[in-house]
Amino acid sequence: MSGLFDDLRDLYQEVILDHGRRPRNFRRLEDADATARGDNPMCGDRIELFLKRAPDGTIADAAFQGRGCAISTASASLMTEVVKGKAPEQAKALGAAFRELAMTGACPDCDAALAEDMERLAPLSGVHEFPSRVKCATLAWHTLNAALDGTKEASSE
Amino acid sequence: MDGVTTAPFDVARIRQDFPILSQPQARGRPLVFLDSGASAQKPRAVIEAMVRCMETAYANVHRGAYRLSELATDAYEAARAAAARFLNAADAREVVFTRNSTEAINLVAHAWGRGVMQPGQAVLISELEHHANIVPWQMLRDDKGNELRVCRVTDAGELDMEDLASKLADGKVGLVAMAHMSNVLGTVTPVERIVALAHAHGAKVLLDGSQAAVHRRVDVQAIGCDFYCFTGHKLYGPTGIGVLWARLEHLDRMPPFLGGGDMIASVTFERSEWAPPPAKFEAGTPAIVEAVGLHAAIDYVTAIGMPAIEAHERALVDHAMGALSEVPGLTLLGRAQDRGGVFAFAMDAAHPHDLATLLDRAGIAVRAGRHCAEPLHARFGAENGTTRASFGLYTTKEEVDLLARALIEAREFFR
Repeated sequence: MSGLFDDLRDLYQEVILDHGRRPRNFRRLEDADATARGDNPMCGDRIELFLKRAPDGTIADAAFQGRGCAISTASASLMTEVVKGKAPEQAKALGAAFRELAMTGACPDCDAALAEDMERLAPLSGVHEFPSRVKCATLAWHTLNAALDGTKEASSE
Repeated sequence: MDGVTTAPFDVARIRQDFPILSQPQARGRPLVFLDSGASAQKPRAVIEAMVRCMETAYANVHRGAYRLSELATDAYEAARAAAARFLNAADAREVVFTRNSTEAINLVAHAWGRGVMQPGQAVLISELEHHANIVPWQMLRDDKGNELRVCRVTDAGELDMEDLASKLADGKVGLVAMAHMSNVLGTVTPVERIVALAHAHGAKVLLDGSQAAVHRRVDVQAIGCDFYCFTGHKLYGPTGIGVLWARLEHLDRMPPFLGGGDMIASVTFERSEWAPPPAKFEAGTPAIVEAVGLHAAIDYVTAIGMPAIEAHERALVDHAMGALSEVPGLTLLGRAQDRGGVFAFAMDAAHPHDLATLLDRAGIAVRAGRHCAEPLHARFGAENGTTRASFGLYTTKEEVDLLARALIEAREFFR
Protein backbone atom coordinates (compact mmCIF):
# COMPACT_ATOMS: atom_id res chain seq x y z
CA MET A 1 0.00 0.00 0.00
CA SER A 2 2.99 2.31 -0.04
CA GLY A 3 2.32 5.49 -1.95
CA LEU A 4 -1.44 4.95 -1.93
CA PHE A 5 -1.98 8.69 -1.84
CA ASP A 6 1.10 9.92 -3.71
CA ASP A 7 -0.93 11.41 -6.55
CA LEU A 8 -2.82 13.52 -4.02
CA ARG A 9 0.30 15.61 -3.47
CA ASP A 10 -1.02 17.88 -6.23
CA LEU A 11 -4.04 18.68 -4.10
CA TYR A 12 -2.34 18.60 -0.73
CA GLN A 13 0.87 20.44 -1.54
CA GLU A 14 3.28 21.09 1.29
CA VAL A 15 2.12 24.74 1.44
CA ILE A 16 -1.47 23.60 2.00
CA LEU A 17 -0.57 21.07 4.66
CA ASP A 18 1.59 23.67 6.39
CA HIS A 19 -1.09 26.40 6.37
CA GLY A 20 -3.70 23.80 7.30
CA ARG A 21 -1.73 22.71 10.37
CA ARG A 22 -0.45 26.16 11.35
CA PRO A 23 -2.80 28.78 9.92
CA ARG A 24 -1.41 32.33 9.81
CA ASN A 25 -3.40 35.23 11.24
CA PHE A 26 -5.52 32.75 13.18
CA ARG A 27 -6.83 35.10 15.85
CA ARG A 28 -9.53 37.64 16.60
CA LEU A 29 -8.92 41.29 15.73
CA GLU A 30 -10.38 43.08 18.72
CA ASP A 31 -10.31 46.43 16.88
CA ALA A 32 -11.74 45.07 13.64
CA ASP A 33 -13.99 47.43 11.74
CA ALA A 34 -15.48 44.80 9.46
CA THR A 35 -16.35 41.20 10.27
CA ALA A 36 -18.31 38.45 8.56
CA ARG A 37 -19.13 34.84 9.16
CA GLY A 38 -18.84 32.20 6.50
CA ASP A 39 -20.66 28.87 6.72
CA ASN A 40 -20.62 25.75 4.68
CA PRO A 41 -23.70 24.05 6.11
CA MET A 42 -23.03 20.88 4.14
CA CYS A 43 -19.82 20.02 5.96
CA GLY A 44 -19.87 22.30 8.99
CA ASP A 45 -16.92 24.45 7.95
CA ARG A 46 -17.21 27.84 9.58
CA ILE A 47 -14.98 30.89 9.61
CA GLU A 48 -15.20 34.29 11.18
CA LEU A 49 -13.21 36.94 9.33
CA PHE A 50 -11.92 40.19 10.82
CA LEU A 51 -10.71 43.17 8.80
CA LYS A 52 -9.01 46.36 9.96
CA ARG A 53 -9.15 49.17 7.44
CA ALA A 54 -6.59 51.98 7.06
CA PRO A 55 -7.85 55.57 6.80
CA ASP A 56 -7.61 55.35 3.00
CA GLY A 57 -9.85 52.25 3.01
CA THR A 58 -7.18 49.68 2.24
CA ILE A 59 -7.07 46.48 4.30
CA ALA A 60 -4.52 47.13 7.04
CA ASP A 61 -4.95 43.79 8.77
CA ALA A 62 -6.91 40.59 8.26
CA ALA A 63 -7.39 37.64 10.59
CA PHE A 64 -9.75 34.72 11.02
CA GLN A 65 -10.98 32.06 13.39
CA GLY A 66 -13.06 28.98 12.85
CA ARG A 67 -12.93 25.34 11.99
CA GLY A 68 -12.60 23.45 8.78
CA CYS A 69 -10.65 21.01 6.68
CA ALA A 70 -7.05 21.50 5.56
CA ILE A 71 -8.18 23.08 2.28
CA SER A 72 -10.53 25.67 3.78
CA THR A 73 -8.14 26.52 6.63
CA ALA A 74 -5.17 26.89 4.28
CA SER A 75 -7.20 28.97 1.87
CA ALA A 76 -8.32 31.36 4.62
CA SER A 77 -4.77 31.55 5.95
CA LEU A 78 -3.29 32.39 2.55
CA MET A 79 -6.06 34.86 1.86
CA THR A 80 -5.42 36.86 5.04
CA GLU A 81 -1.80 37.13 3.95
CA VAL A 82 -2.37 38.29 0.40
CA VAL A 83 -5.18 40.81 0.99
CA LYS A 84 -3.19 42.95 3.41
CA GLY A 85 -2.46 46.32 1.87
CA LYS A 86 -5.11 45.87 -0.84
CA ALA A 87 -7.90 48.31 -1.64
CA PRO A 88 -11.33 46.64 -1.35
CA GLU A 89 -11.78 46.56 -5.12
CA GLN A 90 -8.35 44.96 -5.60
CA ALA A 91 -9.16 42.33 -2.99
CA LYS A 92 -12.48 41.54 -4.67
CA ALA A 93 -10.84 41.27 -8.09
CA LEU A 94 -8.30 38.89 -6.62
CA GLY A 95 -11.15 36.85 -5.10
CA ALA A 96 -12.90 36.60 -8.46
CA ALA A 97 -9.68 35.45 -10.11
CA PHE A 98 -9.08 32.93 -7.33
CA ARG A 99 -12.56 31.46 -7.70
CA GLU A 100 -11.88 30.90 -11.38
CA LEU A 101 -8.57 29.26 -10.50
CA ALA A 102 -10.30 26.97 -7.98
CA MET A 103 -13.00 25.97 -10.43
CA THR A 104 -10.94 25.55 -13.58
CA GLY A 105 -7.34 25.18 -12.43
CA ALA A 106 -6.24 28.27 -14.37
CA CYS A 107 -7.08 31.90 -14.88
CA PRO A 108 -5.89 32.73 -18.41
CA ASP A 109 -7.54 36.14 -18.58
CA CYS A 110 -6.35 37.28 -15.19
CA ASP A 111 -5.12 40.85 -14.88
CA ALA A 112 -1.31 40.89 -15.01
CA ALA A 113 -1.38 43.07 -11.90
CA LEU A 114 -2.70 40.04 -9.98
CA ALA A 115 0.00 37.68 -11.21
CA GLU A 116 2.21 37.82 -8.15
CA ASP A 117 -0.66 37.16 -5.71
CA MET A 118 -2.09 34.43 -7.92
CA GLU A 119 1.29 32.76 -7.80
CA ARG A 120 0.99 32.58 -4.01
CA LEU A 121 -2.51 31.11 -4.27
CA ALA A 122 -1.58 28.65 -7.01
CA PRO A 123 -1.02 25.71 -4.61
CA LEU A 124 -4.80 25.64 -4.18
CA SER A 125 -5.46 25.22 -7.90
CA GLY A 126 -5.51 21.42 -7.47
CA VAL A 127 -9.04 21.57 -6.00
CA HIS A 128 -10.55 22.03 -9.45
CA GLU A 129 -10.21 18.28 -9.94
CA PHE A 130 -12.32 17.69 -6.83
CA PRO A 131 -15.70 19.36 -7.45
CA SER A 132 -16.95 18.58 -3.94
CA ARG A 133 -13.94 20.40 -2.46
CA VAL A 134 -14.02 23.62 -4.50
CA LYS A 135 -16.29 25.30 -2.00
CA CYS A 136 -13.86 24.48 0.81
CA ALA A 137 -11.30 26.64 -1.00
CA THR A 138 -13.68 29.47 -1.86
CA LEU A 139 -15.45 29.84 1.52
CA ALA A 140 -12.92 32.38 2.85
CA TRP A 141 -13.21 34.51 -0.27
CA HIS A 142 -17.02 34.52 -0.14
CA THR A 143 -16.68 35.64 3.46
CA LEU A 144 -14.26 38.39 2.46
CA ASN A 145 -16.84 39.77 0.01
CA ALA A 146 -19.48 39.68 2.74
CA ALA A 147 -17.17 41.58 5.12
CA LEU A 148 -16.32 44.20 2.49
CA ASP A 149 -19.98 44.60 1.50
CA GLY A 150 -21.14 44.69 5.11
CA THR A 151 -23.54 41.77 4.61
CA LYS A 152 -22.11 39.90 7.63
CA GLU A 153 -22.86 36.38 6.45
CA ALA A 154 -21.71 34.27 3.58
CA SER A 155 -22.37 30.74 2.55
CA SER A 156 -20.50 28.66 0.05
CA GLU A 157 -23.62 26.58 -0.62
CA MET B 1 -37.63 -18.81 7.87
CA ASP B 2 -37.84 -21.26 10.78
CA GLY B 3 -37.58 -24.85 9.67
CA VAL B 4 -36.45 -23.85 6.19
CA THR B 5 -32.95 -24.74 5.12
CA THR B 6 -31.32 -21.84 3.32
CA ALA B 7 -28.06 -21.84 1.41
CA PRO B 8 -25.06 -20.73 3.47
CA PHE B 9 -24.26 -17.03 3.24
CA ASP B 10 -21.75 -16.64 0.42
CA VAL B 11 -20.65 -13.03 0.13
CA ALA B 12 -18.66 -13.64 -3.07
CA ARG B 13 -21.78 -15.06 -4.71
CA ILE B 14 -23.89 -12.16 -3.40
CA ARG B 15 -21.47 -9.57 -4.78
CA GLN B 16 -22.06 -10.99 -8.25
CA ASP B 17 -25.70 -9.95 -7.91
CA PHE B 18 -24.68 -6.27 -7.79
CA PRO B 19 -23.50 -5.07 -11.21
CA ILE B 20 -21.92 -1.86 -9.89
CA LEU B 21 -19.46 -3.79 -7.71
CA SER B 22 -17.68 -5.12 -10.77
CA GLN B 23 -17.71 -1.85 -12.72
CA PRO B 24 -14.22 -0.58 -13.50
CA GLN B 25 -13.42 2.45 -11.35
CA ALA B 26 -11.08 5.38 -11.84
CA ARG B 27 -7.41 4.39 -11.49
CA GLY B 28 -8.33 0.75 -11.95
CA ARG B 29 -9.02 0.06 -8.29
CA PRO B 30 -12.06 -2.03 -7.36
CA LEU B 31 -14.94 -0.17 -5.75
CA VAL B 32 -14.98 -0.45 -1.96
CA PHE B 33 -18.42 0.90 -1.24
CA LEU B 34 -18.75 1.73 2.45
CA ASP B 35 -21.64 4.19 2.23
CA SER B 36 -24.59 1.82 2.21
CA GLY B 37 -26.02 3.61 5.25
CA ALA B 38 -26.64 6.62 3.01
CA SER B 39 -27.98 4.56 0.13
CA ALA B 40 -27.35 0.96 -0.83
CA GLN B 41 -26.41 -0.49 -4.21
CA LYS B 42 -28.98 -2.38 -6.27
CA PRO B 43 -28.99 -6.09 -7.16
CA ARG B 44 -29.77 -7.15 -10.70
CA ALA B 45 -33.11 -8.60 -9.51
CA VAL B 46 -34.32 -5.10 -8.57
CA ILE B 47 -33.04 -3.47 -11.75
CA GLU B 48 -34.58 -6.15 -13.94
CA ALA B 49 -37.93 -6.13 -12.14
CA MET B 50 -38.26 -2.41 -12.74
CA VAL B 51 -37.28 -2.68 -16.40
CA ARG B 52 -39.67 -5.61 -16.86
CA CYS B 53 -42.50 -3.61 -15.31
CA MET B 54 -41.92 -0.71 -17.70
CA GLU B 55 -41.47 -2.96 -20.70
CA THR B 56 -44.39 -5.30 -20.15
CA ALA B 57 -46.83 -4.29 -17.44
CA TYR B 58 -46.89 -0.54 -17.01
CA ALA B 59 -49.97 1.68 -16.73
CA ASN B 60 -51.45 3.86 -14.02
CA VAL B 61 -52.93 2.01 -11.07
CA HIS B 62 -56.43 1.95 -9.54
CA ARG B 63 -57.93 3.61 -12.63
CA GLY B 64 -58.13 1.98 -16.00
CA ALA B 65 -60.62 -0.76 -16.71
CA TYR B 66 -58.17 -2.38 -19.05
CA ARG B 67 -55.85 -5.29 -18.69
CA LEU B 68 -52.57 -3.39 -18.49
CA SER B 69 -53.83 -1.14 -15.71
CA GLU B 70 -55.11 -4.18 -13.86
CA LEU B 71 -51.71 -5.83 -14.18
CA ALA B 72 -49.99 -2.72 -12.84
CA THR B 73 -52.50 -2.45 -9.98
CA ASP B 74 -51.92 -6.09 -9.07
CA ALA B 75 -48.14 -5.54 -9.08
CA TYR B 76 -48.46 -2.41 -6.94
CA GLU B 77 -50.73 -4.14 -4.40
CA ALA B 78 -48.49 -7.22 -4.40
CA ALA B 79 -45.64 -4.91 -3.35
CA ARG B 80 -47.79 -3.69 -0.48
CA ALA B 81 -48.46 -7.27 0.60
CA ALA B 82 -44.73 -8.03 0.41
CA ALA B 83 -43.92 -5.02 2.60
CA ALA B 84 -46.59 -6.16 5.08
CA ARG B 85 -45.05 -9.66 5.25
CA PHE B 86 -41.57 -8.15 5.57
CA LEU B 87 -42.66 -6.33 8.74
CA ASN B 88 -44.99 -9.14 9.85
CA ALA B 89 -47.89 -6.70 9.76
CA ALA B 90 -51.32 -8.13 10.58
CA ASP B 91 -52.96 -6.56 7.53
CA ALA B 92 -51.62 -5.20 4.22
CA ARG B 93 -53.95 -2.19 4.59
CA GLU B 94 -51.61 -1.04 7.36
CA VAL B 95 -48.87 -0.35 4.79
CA VAL B 96 -48.84 3.15 3.30
CA PHE B 97 -46.37 3.85 0.51
CA THR B 98 -44.46 7.09 0.89
CA ARG B 99 -41.50 8.62 -0.91
CA ASN B 100 -39.06 7.70 1.86
CA SER B 101 -38.79 7.57 5.68
CA THR B 102 -38.67 11.36 5.86
CA GLU B 103 -42.05 11.61 4.19
CA ALA B 104 -43.42 8.83 6.40
CA ILE B 105 -42.41 10.72 9.56
CA ASN B 106 -43.84 13.96 8.18
CA LEU B 107 -47.06 12.09 7.43
CA VAL B 108 -47.31 11.01 11.06
CA ALA B 109 -46.37 14.51 12.28
CA HIS B 110 -49.20 15.99 10.21
CA ALA B 111 -51.93 13.39 10.33
CA TRP B 112 -51.34 12.09 13.87
CA GLY B 113 -49.49 15.06 15.38
CA ARG B 114 -51.89 17.74 14.15
CA GLY B 115 -54.94 15.59 13.55
CA VAL B 116 -55.16 13.33 16.59
CA MET B 117 -52.76 14.51 19.32
CA GLN B 118 -53.82 17.31 21.63
CA PRO B 119 -51.70 20.50 21.76
CA GLY B 120 -50.96 19.79 25.44
CA GLN B 121 -49.26 16.50 24.59
CA ALA B 122 -45.50 16.28 24.15
CA VAL B 123 -43.36 14.43 21.62
CA LEU B 124 -40.30 12.60 22.94
CA ILE B 125 -37.33 11.98 20.65
CA SER B 126 -33.67 11.24 21.49
CA GLU B 127 -30.26 12.79 20.98
CA LEU B 128 -29.32 10.17 18.40
CA GLU B 129 -32.03 11.06 15.89
CA HIS B 130 -31.52 11.86 12.22
CA HIS B 131 -32.75 15.32 11.24
CA ALA B 132 -35.75 13.59 9.62
CA ASN B 133 -36.94 12.63 13.10
CA ILE B 134 -36.20 16.04 14.65
CA VAL B 135 -37.34 18.74 12.25
CA PRO B 136 -40.95 17.53 11.66
CA TRP B 137 -41.51 17.60 15.45
CA GLN B 138 -39.99 21.08 15.77
CA MET B 139 -42.39 22.19 13.04
CA LEU B 140 -45.29 20.59 14.96
CA ARG B 141 -44.15 22.36 18.15
CA ASP B 142 -43.90 25.72 16.40
CA ASP B 143 -47.24 25.19 14.68
CA LYS B 144 -49.39 23.67 17.43
CA GLY B 145 -47.35 24.16 20.58
CA ASN B 146 -46.64 20.49 21.32
CA GLU B 147 -43.63 20.38 23.62
CA LEU B 148 -40.58 18.57 22.20
CA ARG B 149 -38.58 16.52 24.70
CA VAL B 150 -35.21 14.95 24.03
CA CYS B 151 -34.02 11.77 25.74
CA ARG B 152 -30.31 11.73 26.53
CA VAL B 153 -27.79 9.32 25.10
CA THR B 154 -25.00 7.89 27.30
CA ASP B 155 -21.30 8.36 26.51
CA ALA B 156 -21.33 4.82 25.11
CA GLY B 157 -23.94 5.95 22.63
CA GLU B 158 -26.88 4.08 24.12
CA LEU B 159 -30.27 5.48 25.04
CA ASP B 160 -30.33 6.63 28.66
CA MET B 161 -33.28 4.52 29.79
CA GLU B 162 -33.54 6.28 33.15
CA ASP B 163 -33.86 9.59 31.35
CA LEU B 164 -36.45 8.04 29.06
CA ALA B 165 -38.49 6.90 32.05
CA SER B 166 -38.23 10.28 33.77
CA LYS B 167 -39.32 12.14 30.64
CA LEU B 168 -42.37 9.88 30.33
CA ALA B 169 -43.22 10.05 34.03
CA ASP B 170 -45.72 12.93 33.99
CA GLY B 171 -47.89 11.18 31.40
CA LYS B 172 -47.88 14.20 29.09
CA VAL B 173 -45.97 12.52 26.26
CA GLY B 174 -48.37 11.54 23.48
CA LEU B 175 -45.80 10.13 21.10
CA VAL B 176 -42.31 8.67 21.41
CA ALA B 177 -40.50 8.93 18.06
CA MET B 178 -37.14 7.17 17.95
CA ALA B 179 -34.66 5.54 15.65
CA HIS B 180 -34.50 1.74 15.76
CA MET B 181 -30.83 2.07 14.83
CA SER B 182 -28.60 5.15 14.79
CA ASN B 183 -27.22 6.18 11.40
CA VAL B 184 -24.09 7.52 13.13
CA LEU B 185 -23.38 5.43 16.23
CA GLY B 186 -24.71 2.15 14.87
CA THR B 187 -26.58 1.74 18.17
CA VAL B 188 -29.61 -0.51 18.00
CA THR B 189 -32.15 0.82 20.47
CA PRO B 190 -34.08 -1.50 22.84
CA VAL B 191 -37.37 -1.03 21.05
CA GLU B 192 -39.42 -3.57 23.03
CA ARG B 193 -38.45 -1.82 26.29
CA ILE B 194 -39.14 1.60 24.78
CA VAL B 195 -42.59 0.46 23.68
CA ALA B 196 -43.41 -1.09 27.06
CA LEU B 197 -42.35 2.05 28.92
CA ALA B 198 -44.14 4.38 26.53
CA HIS B 199 -47.37 2.41 26.51
CA ALA B 200 -47.33 2.21 30.31
CA HIS B 201 -47.38 6.01 30.31
CA GLY B 202 -50.04 6.38 27.63
CA ALA B 203 -47.73 7.31 24.75
CA LYS B 204 -47.78 5.88 21.25
CA VAL B 205 -44.49 4.87 19.59
CA LEU B 206 -43.12 5.66 16.12
CA LEU B 207 -39.91 3.85 15.17
CA ASP B 208 -37.66 5.09 12.39
CA GLY B 209 -36.39 1.85 10.88
CA SER B 210 -34.40 3.40 8.03
CA GLN B 211 -31.20 1.72 9.20
CA ALA B 212 -32.51 -1.19 11.28
CA ALA B 213 -34.87 -2.73 8.73
CA VAL B 214 -31.89 -3.32 6.44
CA HIS B 215 -29.85 -5.20 8.98
CA ARG B 216 -32.22 -7.38 10.98
CA ARG B 217 -35.64 -8.92 10.90
CA VAL B 218 -38.38 -6.52 12.00
CA ASP B 219 -41.63 -7.84 13.47
CA VAL B 220 -43.89 -4.91 14.25
CA GLN B 221 -46.35 -7.11 16.13
CA ALA B 222 -43.62 -8.52 18.37
CA ILE B 223 -42.14 -5.06 18.94
CA GLY B 224 -45.61 -3.76 19.69
CA CYS B 225 -45.05 -0.26 18.29
CA ASP B 226 -47.74 1.93 16.73
CA PHE B 227 -45.89 3.29 13.68
CA TYR B 228 -42.83 1.98 11.86
CA CYS B 229 -41.15 3.35 8.76
CA PHE B 230 -38.33 2.42 6.43
CA THR B 231 -37.06 3.51 3.03
CA GLY B 232 -36.56 1.43 -0.11
CA HIS B 233 -33.23 2.78 -1.30
CA LYS B 234 -31.33 1.68 1.80
CA LEU B 235 -32.84 -1.82 1.45
CA TYR B 236 -31.20 -2.38 -1.96
CA GLY B 237 -34.35 -1.06 -3.63
CA PRO B 238 -34.96 2.08 -5.68
CA THR B 239 -35.17 5.68 -4.49
CA GLY B 240 -38.56 7.35 -4.29
CA ILE B 241 -40.38 4.64 -2.34
CA GLY B 242 -40.72 4.18 1.39
CA VAL B 243 -43.11 2.53 3.78
CA LEU B 244 -45.12 3.76 6.72
CA TRP B 245 -46.66 0.96 8.70
CA ALA B 246 -49.31 1.97 11.24
CA ARG B 247 -52.00 0.12 13.15
CA LEU B 248 -55.24 0.21 11.19
CA GLU B 249 -57.09 1.76 14.13
CA HIS B 250 -54.62 4.68 14.04
CA LEU B 251 -54.86 5.11 10.27
CA ASP B 252 -58.66 5.17 10.61
CA ARG B 253 -58.47 8.06 13.09
CA MET B 254 -55.92 10.10 11.13
CA PRO B 255 -57.00 12.76 8.66
CA PRO B 256 -55.28 12.70 5.25
CA PHE B 257 -51.83 14.19 4.77
CA LEU B 258 -52.05 15.26 1.12
CA GLY B 259 -55.23 15.79 -0.87
CA GLY B 260 -55.82 14.77 -4.45
CA GLY B 261 -56.84 11.90 -6.65
CA ASP B 262 -56.85 8.30 -5.41
CA MET B 263 -57.38 9.28 -1.76
CA ILE B 264 -61.10 10.06 -1.96
CA ALA B 265 -64.32 8.11 -2.01
CA SER B 266 -66.32 10.96 -3.55
CA VAL B 267 -65.76 14.61 -4.40
CA THR B 268 -68.20 17.49 -4.88
CA PHE B 269 -67.32 21.17 -4.75
CA GLU B 270 -68.90 21.30 -1.30
CA ARG B 271 -66.98 18.43 0.30
CA SER B 272 -65.07 15.24 -0.22
CA GLU B 273 -65.16 11.91 1.52
CA TRP B 274 -61.93 10.10 2.16
CA ALA B 275 -61.13 6.68 0.87
CA PRO B 276 -60.32 4.09 3.56
CA PRO B 277 -56.64 3.50 4.43
CA PRO B 278 -54.17 3.04 2.94
CA ALA B 279 -55.55 4.88 -0.12
CA LYS B 280 -56.48 7.85 2.13
CA PHE B 281 -52.75 8.55 2.50
CA GLU B 282 -51.68 7.98 -1.09
CA ALA B 283 -52.85 11.03 -3.02
CA GLY B 284 -51.92 11.20 -6.67
CA THR B 285 -50.23 8.68 -8.92
CA PRO B 286 -47.89 6.70 -6.68
CA ALA B 287 -44.37 5.42 -7.36
CA ILE B 288 -45.53 2.35 -9.28
CA VAL B 289 -42.28 1.16 -10.83
CA GLU B 290 -40.47 1.90 -7.57
CA ALA B 291 -42.99 -0.20 -5.63
CA VAL B 292 -42.26 -3.08 -8.00
CA GLY B 293 -38.54 -2.52 -7.39
CA LEU B 294 -39.07 -2.49 -3.63
CA HIS B 295 -40.99 -5.76 -3.91
CA ALA B 296 -38.03 -7.30 -5.74
CA ALA B 297 -35.64 -5.98 -3.07
CA ILE B 298 -37.75 -7.47 -0.28
CA ASP B 299 -37.88 -10.80 -2.12
CA TYR B 300 -34.11 -10.61 -2.60
CA VAL B 301 -33.20 -10.08 1.06
CA THR B 302 -35.90 -12.50 2.20
CA ALA B 303 -34.52 -15.25 -0.02
CA ILE B 304 -31.05 -14.74 1.48
CA GLY B 305 -32.70 -14.55 4.88
CA MET B 306 -32.62 -11.61 7.29
CA PRO B 307 -31.10 -13.81 10.06
CA ALA B 308 -28.25 -14.78 7.68
CA ILE B 309 -27.71 -11.12 6.75
CA GLU B 310 -27.69 -10.17 10.41
CA ALA B 311 -25.17 -12.90 11.24
CA HIS B 312 -22.88 -11.80 8.38
CA GLU B 313 -23.03 -8.21 9.55
CA ARG B 314 -22.41 -9.13 13.18
CA ALA B 315 -19.22 -10.88 12.14
CA LEU B 316 -18.27 -7.82 10.09
CA VAL B 317 -18.95 -5.49 13.03
CA ASP B 318 -16.75 -7.59 15.34
CA HIS B 319 -14.03 -7.63 12.72
CA ALA B 320 -14.28 -3.87 12.19
CA MET B 321 -14.12 -3.13 15.92
CA GLY B 322 -10.83 -4.99 16.01
CA ALA B 323 -9.40 -3.55 12.79
CA LEU B 324 -10.38 0.07 13.53
CA SER B 325 -9.14 -0.06 17.11
CA GLU B 326 -5.65 -0.71 15.71
CA VAL B 327 -5.66 2.55 13.74
CA PRO B 328 -3.66 5.10 15.74
CA GLY B 329 -5.33 8.44 16.41
CA LEU B 330 -8.80 7.18 15.54
CA THR B 331 -11.76 7.84 17.84
CA LEU B 332 -14.97 5.92 17.28
CA LEU B 333 -18.24 7.61 18.14
CA GLY B 334 -20.28 5.31 20.36
CA ARG B 335 -19.55 1.88 21.73
CA ALA B 336 -23.00 0.44 22.17
CA GLN B 337 -23.35 -3.21 23.16
CA ASP B 338 -26.01 -3.84 20.54
CA ARG B 339 -24.89 -2.25 17.30
CA GLY B 340 -25.02 -2.60 13.54
CA GLY B 341 -22.56 -1.97 10.75
CA VAL B 342 -22.21 1.80 10.96
CA PHE B 343 -18.96 3.34 12.20
CA ALA B 344 -18.45 7.08 12.52
CA PHE B 345 -14.98 8.17 13.52
CA ALA B 346 -12.71 11.17 13.93
CA MET B 347 -8.97 11.15 13.29
CA ASP B 348 -6.57 13.36 15.23
CA ALA B 349 -4.45 14.34 12.23
CA ALA B 350 -7.11 14.84 9.58
CA HIS B 351 -10.41 16.61 9.08
CA PRO B 352 -13.25 14.27 7.98
CA HIS B 353 -13.42 15.82 4.51
CA ASP B 354 -9.71 15.53 3.90
CA LEU B 355 -9.90 11.93 5.07
CA ALA B 356 -12.82 11.17 2.72
CA THR B 357 -10.91 12.68 -0.22
CA LEU B 358 -7.93 10.44 0.54
CA LEU B 359 -10.04 7.33 0.99
CA ASP B 360 -11.81 8.08 -2.29
CA ARG B 361 -8.42 8.05 -3.97
CA ALA B 362 -7.94 4.53 -2.61
CA GLY B 363 -11.29 3.56 -4.16
CA ILE B 364 -13.07 3.61 -0.79
CA ALA B 365 -16.40 5.45 -0.76
CA VAL B 366 -17.28 6.80 2.70
CA ARG B 367 -19.37 9.71 3.86
CA ALA B 368 -17.94 12.76 5.61
CA GLY B 369 -19.86 15.38 7.52
CA ARG B 370 -22.50 15.24 10.19
CA HIS B 371 -24.74 12.71 8.46
CA CYS B 372 -27.96 14.66 9.05
CA ALA B 373 -27.37 14.33 12.80
CA GLU B 374 -25.92 17.69 13.82
CA PRO B 375 -27.17 17.63 17.44
CA LEU B 376 -25.65 14.18 17.96
CA HIS B 377 -22.26 15.39 16.74
CA ALA B 378 -22.53 18.36 19.11
CA ARG B 379 -23.40 15.91 21.93
CA PHE B 380 -20.15 14.02 21.28
CA GLY B 381 -18.06 17.17 20.76
CA ALA B 382 -17.50 16.34 17.09
CA GLU B 383 -18.43 19.74 15.61
CA ASN B 384 -16.09 19.12 12.68
CA GLY B 385 -18.20 16.12 11.80
CA THR B 386 -17.00 12.57 11.34
CA THR B 387 -16.09 10.18 8.59
CA ARG B 388 -18.52 7.27 8.39
CA ALA B 389 -18.13 3.78 7.03
CA SER B 390 -21.37 1.81 6.75
CA PHE B 391 -21.79 -1.76 5.64
CA GLY B 392 -24.19 -3.67 3.47
CA LEU B 393 -24.78 -7.37 2.94
CA TYR B 394 -22.11 -7.32 0.19
CA THR B 395 -19.39 -5.85 2.44
CA THR B 396 -16.41 -8.12 3.09
CA LYS B 397 -13.80 -8.40 5.83
CA GLU B 398 -11.17 -7.67 3.19
CA GLU B 399 -12.84 -4.33 2.50
CA VAL B 400 -12.80 -3.50 6.20
CA ASP B 401 -9.09 -4.35 6.30
CA LEU B 402 -8.47 -2.13 3.28
CA LEU B 403 -10.22 0.71 5.08
CA ALA B 404 -8.12 0.23 8.20
CA ARG B 405 -4.86 0.14 6.22
CA ALA B 406 -5.85 3.23 4.19
CA LEU B 407 -6.67 5.08 7.43
CA ILE B 408 -3.24 4.29 8.85
CA GLU B 409 -1.59 5.56 5.69
CA ALA B 410 -3.83 8.65 5.53
CA ARG B 411 -2.70 9.60 9.03
CA GLU B 412 0.92 9.40 7.94
CA PHE B 413 0.08 11.60 4.95
CA PHE B 414 -1.27 14.40 7.15
CA ARG B 415 1.21 14.21 9.97
